[in-house]
Amino acid sequence: MTETSQAPIIEFAGVTKRFGALTVLDDFNFSVARGEKVTLIGPSGSGKSTVLRILMTLEPFQEGRLTLAGMPYHEPNAGGPFKASDSHLRQIRSHVGMVFQSFNLFPHMTVLRNVVEAPLRVLGLPRGEAECRAVDLLAMVGLADKKDHYPAQLSGGQQQRVAIARALAMRPRVLLFDEPTSALDPQLVGEVLSVIRGLASEHDLTMLLVTHEMRFAREVSDRVCFFDKGRICEQGEPERIFSAPEQPRTREFLASVLG
Amino acid sequence: MEWLSYLPALSRGALITAGITLSAIAIGAVAAFAAGIARVEGGRALSLVALCYTELFRGTSLLVQLFWFYYALPLVGISFEPVATGILVLSLHVGAYGSEIVRGALQSVSVQQHEAARALNFGRAQTLIHITLPQALVEMMPAFGNLAIETLKLSSLVSLISIADLTFRAQSIRNLTLDSAGVYSLTLVGYFAMSLVLMLIMRLIERWVRRGAAFPRAAHS
Repeated sequence: MTETSQAPIIEFAGVTKRFGALTVLDDFNFSVARGEKVTLIGPSGSGKSTVLRILMTLEPFQEGRLTLAGMPYHEPNAGGPFKASDSHLRQIRSHVGMVFQSFNLFPHMTVLRNVVEAPLRVLGLPRGEAECRAVDLLAMVGLADKKDHYPAQLSGGQQQRVAIARALAMRPRVLLFDEPTSALDPQLVGEVLSVIRGLASEHDLTMLLVTHEMRFAREVSDRVCFFDKGRICEQGEPERIFSAPEQPRTREFLASVLG
Repeated sequence: MEWLSYLPALSRGALITAGITLSAIAIGAVAAFAAGIARVEGGRALSLVALCYTELFRGTSLLVQLFWFYYALPLVGISFEPVATGILVLSLHVGAYGSEIVRGALQSVSVQQHEAARALNFGRAQTLIHITLPQALVEMMPAFGNLAIETLKLSSLVSLISIADLTFRAQSIRNLTLDSAGVYSLTLVGYFAMSLVLMLIMRLIERWVRRGAAFPRAAHS
């Protein structure tokens, strides 16, 4: 890699994303340092999840520039101003992983195969090595004994932990969490958060987390960004954002979610 | 016990019916998957070709298709054996219906599964083969079971292009003996017995595709 360690790993410059007439991200500027743990908070529809989905190449955007480790998301000569070839997008995706709100495990595969499949098929690892790594990752999320179960036999919290192991198996440099605990019963939230907390101490892993768990955000993130109407309204260290928010919108939002 | 004497001839016909049906199911399945996958995953040209095939063969009568392939095609110099014609036309006919089953099932796989596959950097073909198709297969099986039995019943039409299947034999014996009740009752029993076997085979395939624990909720419905 030619980038210096100071260069941001993620950089949005003037990105605009529209769904029809609705502007979800409006001239959006945002950069993330390598290894930084950033939490995105804000009311629903404010564009937080869209930021993650664009980074995962699940959504295109209409204007601006986005780079990952210096690589632009759009190739200049791919037949249109905001297009990229499949191989280019796959190259970008190889650095990014995502954990979804609804887990999205593959229901027809055992837990072990869920974790092994992509390293095997996409990275081309030998089966023995891929399985060895998968078992280690499953042990890390506390589910080594469930490796032969199917997703439907697991609780939501267990499924989400498998999904985290599955994403990590691809060794992403950037890991995106899109409301990872929002679909869980309250008593299952803790086990997922503790896995994420463990990852937060990984120095090299860049993490972007969209969540409504404010206490958790305060605890694990280096920076908290408050989103409002497609822009970052206020950002800073979690202590400051939560104890002394400057913007009235931030104060209103925090008052409403913290009660 | 006059009807006992019909059995050898009817059995020989039933064998032909079974052979044609099983061949048509096998070849039809290939056509169904090819056209169904082309509709969902193919580019514009490929999916248009698949659409034309599906609509042409669904939208016209099987009997006329058989006549066309058997009597009209030889006029331009293309002709096959009757049995080959029967299998080919029946395959293409049920393949057209089957392609709609494949398309519907592939499209019913949730967008979240596609997104998860993309987040893990699976390519398009890998996503189809390892992620969406195995899940869609489970959805397809009940409809494929129906179609398999439908194929068996439709196969009786090949008797009209001079193939000596079960229906053809029944007609011949009836013309000889005028024992309509006996001959046709036996024939019905013959079709029903074959469809029971077919149903059993499809159930076994379905159970194998479901792999027990993977789809516990679907198994109850």
